[in-house]
Amino acid sequence: MDEPHPTVAGDVAAPDDHSHDVSKHVNAYLKVGATLLLFTGITVFLSYVNFGSMKANVAVAMLVATFKAGLVAAIFMHLNSEKKLIYRILIFTGFFVFALFWLTYLHWYDPVTR
Amino acid sequence: MEIPYTTVARPDTGLWNAKIGIWLFLASEIMLFGGLFSAYVFLRLDAEPGAWPHGLLNVPVGTMNTAILIASSVTVVLAWASLKMRQFGRYKLYMGITILCGVIFLVVKLAYEWPQKFEHFGAFIKESELEKYEPYLGNHHLSEKGLAPRREISGHLHNREALNDPNVKEYEIALDPVNANPTSPSMDRPHFFSVPPTEKLAKVEKADVQYANMFLPKHSSYFAAYFTITGLHGLHVLAGVIVFIYFWLPVGANLYKRNPEHLANRVEVAGLFWHFVDLVWIFVFPLFYLL
Repeated sequence: MDEPHPTVAGDVAAPDDHSHDVSKHVNAYLKVGATLLLFTGITVFLSYVNFGSMKANVAVAMLVATFKAGLVAAIFMHLNSEKKLIYRILIFTGFFVFALFWLTYLHWYDPVTR
Repeated sequence: MEIPYTTVARPDTGLWNAKIGIWLFLASEIMLFGGLFSAYVFLRLDAEPGAWPHGLLNVPVGTMNTAILIASSVTVVLAWASLKMRQFGRYKLYMGITILCGVIFLVVKLAYEWPQKFEHFGAFIKESELEKYEPYLGNHHLSEKGLAPRREISGHLHNREALNDPNVKEYEIALDPVNANPTSPSMDRPHFFSVPPTEKLAKVEKADVQYANMFLPKHSSYFAAYFTITGLHGLHVLAGVIVFIYFWLPVGANLYKRNPEHLANRVEVAGLFWHFVDLVWIFVFPLFYLL
């Protein structure tokens, strides 16, 4: 591909194939950043609201955190449009993470100690 | 020797190599932090009522650090976008801001938050002696309201020699507000703004104490988990900052002159790591600071 020779002193014209796509996303990055900041405030606010039990408060906080993490993963880490292989790697990882937390859950039903 | 597939996709995977490399690395990172988080959940949910510390961290400072990390996630993706648009000046600016955010995060954590904890003291009272310290614990009031009991008296330790000297028989503590006014309804839940210890002094006999220490990892499972996870997370922030500084130095400019797409891809890979670090903090913040 013939690209104009770049210099660090001044900006050079970008190759057409990538730059249009990327420039369209810049606004989205800023909006996602603002949303994340807003939801950080909401997380703090909700932690001072009594939802009836500690477990309910934990559930609400984790729900908001998962939404924020989803935004970071989907938009900043481009997981909304990645290649299949990366999804496969992540599904594999997700399975083992689930197993890890499941072990914690399992100990409440341990017939030896309970 | 030329490293293959730095900018063009490998035909069989459809991706340039470093992209797969970083995602495999992040998969191992997910398992690493996943293990620590599952240990935290295990300890937290099985803790005896009142035994798990609550409201000991500085929420405004934690909120500020969260905002700083989110801002740096935005600037690093803008730095990458600038490279893709071949705007090297903007790349330098955004990358500079990212580095600054990372450094501020670390300074706040290591020079302010952690040392503040090392200066704080807490004593867990033996179950049989709780009644004796009722004026500092307010458990009758909490029980009437259906809230978890308090077992710890905390604040600033006046006679620090009491920690190691067996001849000193009691701890002299300038009480935290929660122990100075334990029956005040405003103390039922933690405050948003951190409140310093009061001038009200309490003497706690060592014989009545089950366990006492400064707010160090050995103070409790809570602080052990807190220092382990925030310490490991801090190391990740440090690693990210070092990599960003490397790309920000003339090395980055030289690579940009030779192959701008290669620099953009390297920044993307480092950026993916940085977003992961941000993502971990998104869970650390509510779990440790708020709940």
